[in-house]
Amino acid sequence: MKKYIAKRLAIAVIVMLGASLLSFLLLYFAPGNPAHAILTAQLGHDPSLEEVAFFMMKHDLNNPFLVQCSQWLYMITHLNLGTSFRTGEPVLMEFLDRFPATFELAFTSMLIALLIAIPVGILSALKQNSILDHSSRLVALCGVSMPNFWLGLVLIMFFSLKLGWFPCFGYGTASHLVLPAITLGTGLAAPLMRLMRASMLEVLRQDYIRTARSKGLSEHLVMWKHGLKNALIPVITHMGMQTGHLLGGAVIVETIFAWPGVGKFLVDGIYARDYPVIQGFVLVIALFFVLSNLAVDILYTYLDPRIRYDVENKK
Amino acid sequence: MSLYLKLKKDKPAMLGIVIIIFFASIAVFAPYIAPHDPLELNLEERLLSPSVDHPMGTDNLGRDVLSRVLYGTRVSLSMSAAVVTIIMVLGITIGTVAGYFGGVVDDVTMRVVDVLLAFPSIILALVIAGLLGPSLTNVMIALGAIWWVGYSRIVRGSVLSIKEKEFVEAARAMGCSDTYIIRRHILPNVLSPVIVLATLDMGHIILSIAALSFLGLGAQPPIPEWGAMLNEGKPFMESASHLMIFPGLMIMITVLAFNFIGDGLRDALDPRMQEMLIK
Repeated sequence: MKKYIAKRLAIAVIVMLGASLLSFLLLYFAPGNPAHAILTAQLGHDPSLEEVAFFMMKHDLNNPFLVQCSQWLYMITHLNLGTSFRTGEPVLMEFLDRFPATFELAFTSMLIALLIAIPVGILSALKQNSILDHSSRLVALCGVSMPNFWLGLVLIMFFSLKLGWFPCFGYGTASHLVLPAITLGTGLAAPLMRLMRASMLEVLRQDYIRTARSKGLSEHLVMWKHGLKNALIPVITHMGMQTGHLLGGAVIVETIFAWPGVGKFLVDGIYARDYPVIQGFVLVIALFFVLSNLAVDILYTYLDPRIRYDVENKK
Repeated sequence: MSLYLKLKKDKPAMLGIVIIIFFASIAVFAPYIAPHDPLELNLEERLLSPSVDHPMGTDNLGRDVLSRVLYGTRVSLSMSAAVVTIIMVLGITIGTVAGYFGGVVDDVTMRVVDVLLAFPSIILALVIAGLLGPSLTNVMIALGAIWWVGYSRIVRGSVLSIKEKEFVEAARAMGCSDTYIIRRHILPNVLSPVIVLATLDMGHIILSIAALSFLGLGAQPPIPEWGAMLNEGKPFMESASHLMIFPGLMIMITVLAFNFIGDGLRDALDPRMQEMLIK
C-alpha cells in the first residue's frame, strides 16, 4: 500500500516535470512574435523594430532555447510564473485571485450534478426498463449531446432576457451563480447519471446482494446499505477524474457568462497572446489535475478494500 | 457479422445511422437543396423571423439561415471526419510501434502520453488553436495533436496481448519480417476496437470543433459553421432568437445520432472489448 502510493507519487512528479516542459515548448514553438502582438495591443499602432527589440530584450526572449528552457524550469521551481504582459501582475497572483470564483462555480455545478444524477440514476436502475428509466436515459443522452455553450445561451435567452429572473452575466450575488452553475452542472450530470445507473445495476447482480437478501435483510437495508454504498464507488472515482474536464467546461461557461474566473482570464490571455499567462495557467491547471487524480487514486484504495495494489506482482 | 445483426435490432442505433446518412447526403447535395446562397448578403432583409421564403429566418447580414445551416453539415461532418482520421492514423501508428517494439520506444511514448493526459484536453486544444491562429485547419491540428493519446494507449494494450499469441510466433518462426507481421496479423486485430472508439468519440469531436469555433478560434466568418454561427448571432439573441436555436439544434441532433450509434456498437460488442473501451 505504502509502496503503491510512493510509486504513484513518483510518477506524478515525472508527469509534472513533463507538463512544465510541454507548457514551455508550446509557447516556444508558437508561430508569430509575441512582442509584436503585445506591443501592437499596448501602443495601438504597429511597433517599430527598436521597440520590438527592446521588449524582447526586457523579457529575455532573445536567449537561446536551452537557456530559456532552464530559466523557465528555474522560475517555476521558485513558484515564479512570470508577470502578465497585460496587467503587469505576477501570473501566480492572477491565478490565485481568480481561483475562488472558478472554485465557487465548479463546486456548485458539481453539487447540482450530484443532486440530479444520483437519485435519478438509482431510480432508473431500480425500475429498469420502465418509462421512467427510458425517459431519463434519453434525457441524459440529450444532455451529453448538447453543446454546453449552447445550453448557456438558451438559458440566458429564456431566463434572463425573456423572463428577467436572473442576470445574464456578471459575478457577486447568488442569482449571478444560478445560470452558469446550471449550465455546467447539467453537462456533468448526464454522464454521472448513466454511470450511477450502470453501477447500481452491476452491484445488484452481485452475490453479496443475494446473500444479504437470503439472510432475510429488509429490501430497504439491502438497497441502501449493501447496494448504494458499493455502487457509489465508481461514481466518486469518476467525479474525481472529472475535475480536469470541469475546469475545461468552466473555461467556456465562464466566457459566456463573463464570470471572472481562471477560465475567462485564460481565454482573454489567448486572444491577447499574453504568453506568460497562457503558459502559467495551463501549467497550474495541469498540476491541479494531476494532484486531484492522485488523490482520487489513493482515496480509491481506502474506499474499496477489495483493491490491492501489489507493486511486486504487477508489471 | 453478428455485430451487424445485433446492431440492426438496436432501434436507437439504426435511427442514428439513418440521421447521419441523411445529414451526409445534405452535405453532399447542399448546393441543390439550399434555397439561397449561404454567403449572399442582403442588407434589406436583415434579422428577419422565419417565413416561407426563409424558413429559419435571416441573420444580421441578411443571409438565409436555412442555407447556412445546410452548408454547415458539410463543414462539421468533413471536419470531424478529418480529425478522426488524423487521430486514428496517429494513435494506431504510435500505439503499434510502442506496443510491438517495446523497450525504450515504449517507455518514452507512454511517458509522453502520461504528460499529455495531465492536461484537460479542451484547454490544451484551446491553447494550441489559439497560438496557431484562428482557422479551421488549426483546430484540426490542435484536436489531432492531443486526441491520439487515448487511442495509442488502447492500441498499445491490444498489440501487447496480440504479439504473444501463437499465430504471431508462428509467423515469426516462418521468418516473416516485422512489417509483414504488423500489417497482416497485428493491424487487422487492433482495428475494430479503434473504430468503435472513434464512433463513440465523433460526438465529442463535433462538440469540440463547435466550441472552439464559438470561441472564435475555429471557423472564421463567413464560413457557415454551426459554432461560428452561434457566435455571430450572440449579439442579436434578444431580437432574433432564431439565430440561436437552429444551429444549436443541428449540433445536438448530429451529436445525438453519433452517440446512438456509439452506444449501440458498444452494447453489441463482446464484453472483453467493452472492458477495453471503458476509460
